[in-house]
Amino acid sequence: MERIPILRMGSFLLVTIQVDLYDRLALTLESDLVQAISKTGAQGVLIDISAVSIVDSFMGRIIGNIASMARLLDAYTVVVGMQPAVAITLIELGLTLPGVQTALNVEKGMQLLQSRIQVTASVEEAPNEDDDAGSPE
Amino acid sequence: MLALLRSKKPQILERWIQHQLTLDTLRDDLISNDELREQSEGIVNLIVDQISEQTLALDPYALEPILEYLSGIAISRARHGFSPRETSFYLFSLKNAMLDMLAESAGSDIAALYDMTRSLGRFFDELSTSTFETFIKGREEVILRQTDEIAEISTPVIRVWDQILAMPLIGTLDSARTQVVMENLLQAIVDTGSEIAILDISGVPAVDSLVAQHLIKTVSATRLMGAECIISGIRPEIAQTVVQLGIDLSQVITKATLASALKSAFSMLKLEVRKTQSQKPFLI
Repeated sequence: MERIPILRMGSFLLVTIQVDLYDRLALTLESDLVQAISKTGAQGVLIDISAVSIVDSFMGRIIGNIASMARLLDAYTVVVGMQPAVAITLIELGLTLPGVQTALNVEKGMQLLQSRIQVTASVEEAPNEDDDAGSPE
Repeated sequence: MLALLRSKKPQILERWIQHQLTLDTLRDDLISNDELREQSEGIVNLIVDQISEQTLALDPYALEPILEYLSGIAISRARHGFSPRETSFYLFSLKNAMLDMLAESAGSDIAALYDMTRSLGRFFDELSTSTFETFIKGREEVILRQTDEIAEISTPVIRVWDQILAMPLIGTLDSARTQVVMENLLQAIVDTGSEIAILDISGVPAVDSLVAQHLIKTVSATRLMGAECIISGIRPEIAQTVVQLGIDLSQVITKATLASALKSAFSMLKLEVRKTQSQKPFLI
């Protein structure tokens, strides 16, 4: 059966969709991706859809689902390289993908993910620093 | 009867021209008398040569050459600025000229004259209707072309800075125009790899819920592409109507002027514009 490859890059997962997604393929990708996030403990998922020229409401929902599922597993999802026609179609279908981060291309998506993860990392570290500073030795 | 018409061709033309000169729909400001005579001669020649049992029975194949020729004339008259009424009267006066000619020559054969009058009347009705149609078509073509031109020139995408695009919108936004705006803007974002797009609506006369809907759609589509969209140029009246209509624009970054939109775009891109200390002369 056809599958979409999921590549690991450091703490991120990179998914490049090179073919037009049909429903089965999209569902397979969804479950594969969730499995991969939980197995690798990835902090970010980057989905490149620059080669996708056709979407429908189902596809839009799958992308939204992937983002929500990844969020539950503590990973950020960034969708990059959406074609103008695809964006217009999704908007006309009423799918604004509120939970999904987007970027223009893979490079900017990577930057976005990295800054996201740095922000969370510094927020997590911040209380400790405060504790250190606040407690007199 | 048909043979009679053919033999009287020069007289018909003469009479028609006389008719036209007496009409109040004659527009000597739009067309010179020589041109008018030439045009009329062409029509009389064609109609009198082509007229036959088939054309009078309104056989479409037989009518085609006449209609084609008249369409050309109707379109050229439409472009010259004749009104439809003037063009119809132009043709009707030819009918009158032909009928006069027949009445004079037919003599006592009233039944034949009546038949001929009826079929000529039908024939000219057909011609006039079809010229009317082409006339309107000619006008519509002009309107369509202008609409296209307006749609094209009214949605320019300007690159104001590296990674910042601006799109000033001028005129009322309807669904068709929003589509063009959206497509142009998204394509420009892809082409230039810009992160921020500024939609300036200071040239949009009024914002109702439909226009607001269109704007929100454009902003959402830009976000899906991975860029941020700022709406600027919101006049006080527009702010009033938007709130009074209960439109929620809280998801959209809005600024009063293009300048403040550009300023916030700079801060999003972590850019800074400041005065230089040195007093170097400004060279052009």
